[in-house]
Amino acid sequence: MRDANHILGESFLETRAKLLEIAATLDRIDRAAEDESPLSTGSQPKRALIDDAIRICLSEGPDRAERLQKLFSRQYESDWRKSMGV
Amino acid sequence: MDFFDPHIHMVSRTTDDYATLARMGCVAMSEPAFWAGFDRGSVDGFRDYFHQLTDVEPKRAAQYGIQHFAWLCINAKEAENVSLSRDVIAMIPEFLDCPNVLGIGEIGLNKNTKNEATVFLEHMDVAVQYEQPILIHTPHLEDKYQGTRMILDMLCSDSRIDHSRVLIDHVEEHTVEEVLDHGFWAGLTLYPISKCTPERAADMIEKFGGERLLANSAGDWGPSKPTAVPDLIFELRRRGHSESLIRKVVYENPIEFFSKSKNFQFTPRDAGFEPARS
Repeated sequence: MRDANHILGESFLETRAKLLEIAATLDRIDRAAEDESPLSTGSQPKRALIDDAIRICLSEGPDRAERLQKLFSRQYESDWRKSMGV
Repeated sequence: MDFFDPHIHMVSRTTDDYATLARMGCVAMSEPAFWAGFDRGSVDGFRDYFHQLTDVEPKRAAQYGIQHFAWLCINAKEAENVSLSRDVIAMIPEFLDCPNVLGIGEIGLNKNTKNEATVFLEHMDVAVQYEQPILIHTPHLEDKYQGTRMILDMLCSDSRIDHSRVLIDHVEEHTVEEVLDHGFWAGLTLYPISKCTPERAADMIEKFGGERLLANSAGDWGPSKPTAVPDLIFELRRRGHSESLIRKVVYENPIEFFSKSKNFQFTPRDAGFEPARS
């Protein structure tokens, strides 16, 4: 197992750059929403998903990536064969 | 390090890619049948494609010392046309004795529809009937979790399926554990935006170990990088992992899984000719 300090050190700049991209993208959306037109009702759930994803990143636990993947996933229904008739 | 790319679509790559892969240590690859970027209109279109996979590509690869293997099916994107799919499935056995054919693949789901599931089940029947291993495509992005669970349902509810002869590809953080827990092989696909980066693949290898995990580039005609497996090798080395673990994932595991096919004949590089000493 590698040292946590080492992992943080080597990935700090890359992580900082990725966070800046996210922050700048959210600013860009807000600017356009203020200057042009607000987000449509259809787009708002997508924007809310990004906030939910950021909350997962801020949370504790060893499975943030897995939870983020599930956040962006369609629901699985165990009775799909019955409902589809397959 | 010698490596396999167990999932790459060389029909859509240039000869320069074969040369680059050979220089980077690629000794063998397998090419599952997939979508050509457009829907084919007839079973003869697939017959020509299967000829390309079983005759043309092995010869291109051999020029660079790479052994080429293939998997046959009609892919999930074209499975919405159930009638054409059935014609293609009926034609597959014509090619199963070709020396480079390893099994049925890449079958799977795309948008997780009834027609896709129907065609998936009919491919499973052919695989069982002809005792073929199976290579499976799982869907992209928001469809992956649901589609992977549906695929697992279909495989696990059929007692004829030997889980050790099935590779489920394109696993990610939310699907890898369940695939491995059911005794299947799992493929990590290294793609630039969708699927998995070398860094995240390395994370999953660290979490689950190297058992029954393979890594591939799925290089095709879209944004993809055919030399992604060496990128993973580099990332694992950079993190200080042992050569034995890396070799297991990129070389020994493909050999172990492919050996479940009766057609798999592989000649390792070090089995070559040794000049006599004077």
